[in-house]
Amino acid sequence: MIKEIEDDNEPWDLVLEPRNKWYSLGLSQILRFKDLLFLFVRRDFVSIYKQTILGPIWFFIQPIITAFTYAIIFGTLAGISTEGLPPILFYMCGITLWNYFSDTLSKTSDTFTANASIFGKVYFPRMIVPLSVVLSNLIKFGVQFLLFIVVWIYYLITDTTIHPNLTLLLVPFLIILMGFLGLGLGIIITSLTTKYRDLKFLVTFGIQLLMYASPIVFPLSMVSEKYPQYKFILLANPITGIIEAFKYAFLGVGEFNWLYLSYSFLFTVVLFFVGLIVFNKVEKSFMDTV
Amino acid sequence: MSKVVLKAINVSKQYRLGQLGTGTISHDLNRWWHKARGKDDPYLQIGDTNDRSAKGGSDYVWSLKDINFEVKQGDVLGIIGKNGAGKSTLLKILSQVTSATTGKVKIRGRIAALLEVGTGFHPELTGRENIFLNGAILGMTKPEIASKFDEIVSFSGVEKYIDTPVKRYSSGMMVRLGFAVAAHLEPEILIIDEVLAVGDAEFQKKCMGKIKNVAGEGRTVLFVSHNMQAMSSICKTGILLKNGLIDEQSDITTCIKKYNGLFSESFIGTTSIKDRLNRAQSSGNVLFSNIQGFSKEKKTWDFRFDEEINFQCDCDVRDNSDGLLFYMALIDPLSNEVLTNIKLLVKENALNKGEKISFTITIPPKTLRIGQFLLYFAIGDAKQTRWYDVVDNNVNLPTLNITPVDMDPHSNSGKFSIPYKLTINN
Repeated sequence: MIKEIEDDNEPWDLVLEPRNKWYSLGLSQILRFKDLLFLFVRRDFVSIYKQTILGPIWFFIQPIITAFTYAIIFGTLAGISTEGLPPILFYMCGITLWNYFSDTLSKTSDTFTANASIFGKVYFPRMIVPLSVVLSNLIKFGVQFLLFIVVWIYYLITDTTIHPNLTLLLVPFLIILMGFLGLGLGIIITSLTTKYRDLKFLVTFGIQLLMYASPIVFPLSMVSEKYPQYKFILLANPITGIIEAFKYAFLGVGEFNWLYLSYSFLFTVVLFFVGLIVFNKVEKSFMDTV
Repeated sequence: MSKVVLKAINVSKQYRLGQLGTGTISHDLNRWWHKARGKDDPYLQIGDTNDRSAKGGSDYVWSLKDINFEVKQGDVLGIIGKNGAGKSTLLKILSQVTSATTGKVKIRGRIAALLEVGTGFHPELTGRENIFLNGAILGMTKPEIASKFDEIVSFSGVEKYIDTPVKRYSSGMMVRLGFAVAAHLEPEILIIDEVLAVGDAEFQKKCMGKIKNVAGEGRTVLFVSHNMQAMSSICKTGILLKNGLIDEQSDITTCIKKYNGLFSESFIGTTSIKDRLNRAQSSGNVLFSNIQGFSKEKKTWDFRFDEEINFQCDCDVRDNSDGLLFYMALIDPLSNEVLTNIKLLVKENALNKGEKISFTITIPPKTLRIGQFLLYFAIGDAKQTRWYDVVDNNVNLPTLNITPVDMDPHSNSGKFSIPYKLTINN
């Protein structure tokens, strides 16, 4: 008995229990493993284009070709309005930000299943993996964003239809919001798919569907004019507010609205915290069901 | 008194058997419904003990049940048990890979696990990059790895390839690099699982030396292996797990002895050679149907030192075969082969399907030393081209016990017992 008392006088460094407190998010653990976080980012970045000749140039090629394709299909063939803007610029603006979201979402949404072999062997805060995805996608986004800026400046000089404005100050905030939205949704999906894989089938085409429910290839104003009865779908989508604000900042068109943006912000915050709680709950024992 | 650095309190782990499918969702809903009303989880009340050979009635099984133990600073604890006794589950809980169903584990200091070397190696990255990545996965910080980098590289012995992607490495080189990183991990508590089964002899020796050093530095080590020789040379204390329960918790020698004894125990209790579980898997033309030890007086597996030892083997010929060769080996409790010279041609000529063969091997008295031996029986064709059947302690063969006849203090030591004779010359 005396020994027992002695033992508990000195504090334990770590107590493993069947369940974490839902609010303990393990931030201190994440800080301890921050080197791992950056090494994962580096690994993702370096390993993608190993043994390719063009290397990181693929980062540029991808959005350019997509923008051209959209310009031909949606702009020329389908004749969807780009609000009087050069189609390439209009599509690149939406695609660049959208890609950041969709890449983050699709890669974080299989965190548990894709990393099961590492997770089964060694412990580190599981959150490191989705966080590293957000960061490495941020780098990729940064590169593509740079490309967009170059194109944007070109049109800014040659074209008079573009009216950038002070909303530009919001851009970093919009980018962060988009990242957290993808992350939040991704970790919820990965947590729900460890035991029942059904949801996984939904992710790939769900992302595609979501793109058409966001004002990427068409302006929100077009929906307001032609199909006001369907506008609620776009407004319910938190991405709409972010994309419209982004387009408005750079191009001066679109329906920028503080109400829409506040909704996107609140939605993201709630989604992210729900995601954290679910993820936190699942990471403890997912190895038994994955 | 050294302080306790790890303490497990009532640790239990439940697993669900069978596949996850639509049936599980009803259990999940039921569980959730109980929880919502503030009641206990209904499925925690049930569950069989963990005995893989007996078919249980429940879909749930307790892989570990009420495990309690303490580890003091500087202890080197060996965890032993048969396959499926719960060793790996315990390690997984301790290393935080999964969590216990109920119970708590308290830990002082950093804990790191070495369940498999080279975890997280990325094939496209170079050896250098992978050292940093792997080190970080195991919980080292970048400056820590950088300061030990040269040591790690020279320990691994792959200097030449350090800037080559690891996908070009041989599997042996990969393992060397992985172990080198892990060996330079310096947590207060280190968990090691069977990593020694890899690499060539020279490298294995290096690894064992390193593990011994780690233990010598006063760090705490938890070690799991089936290699009893390694166990007994490294560990001081031991835990023997059996069907998810702690069967023995004392010094390592006692645990190893009891571990080897487990095989004879399960034989008496449950299956005979004839009904053994893996029988369907043996495709041999001739199979053992029974093996029985006997002395002049009775059927037994315990013999006095001065008794003649006999084994009667009965075999069924299941398909025509080319003669019959018998081979037998004796293995000591630390898994070293002691005797391998018994090889006899039982039948030279072809055997017909349906025949029954019975023969007896006799070992003269005073030839085996005092102690326990594991037995290994095999039968094959006359030309030794293939084996038909093998029976050893994995299929519930009892251990052979040789007991002393007098109080000779030397009877427990030594390796050989050979016939000798004394001639007095004057």
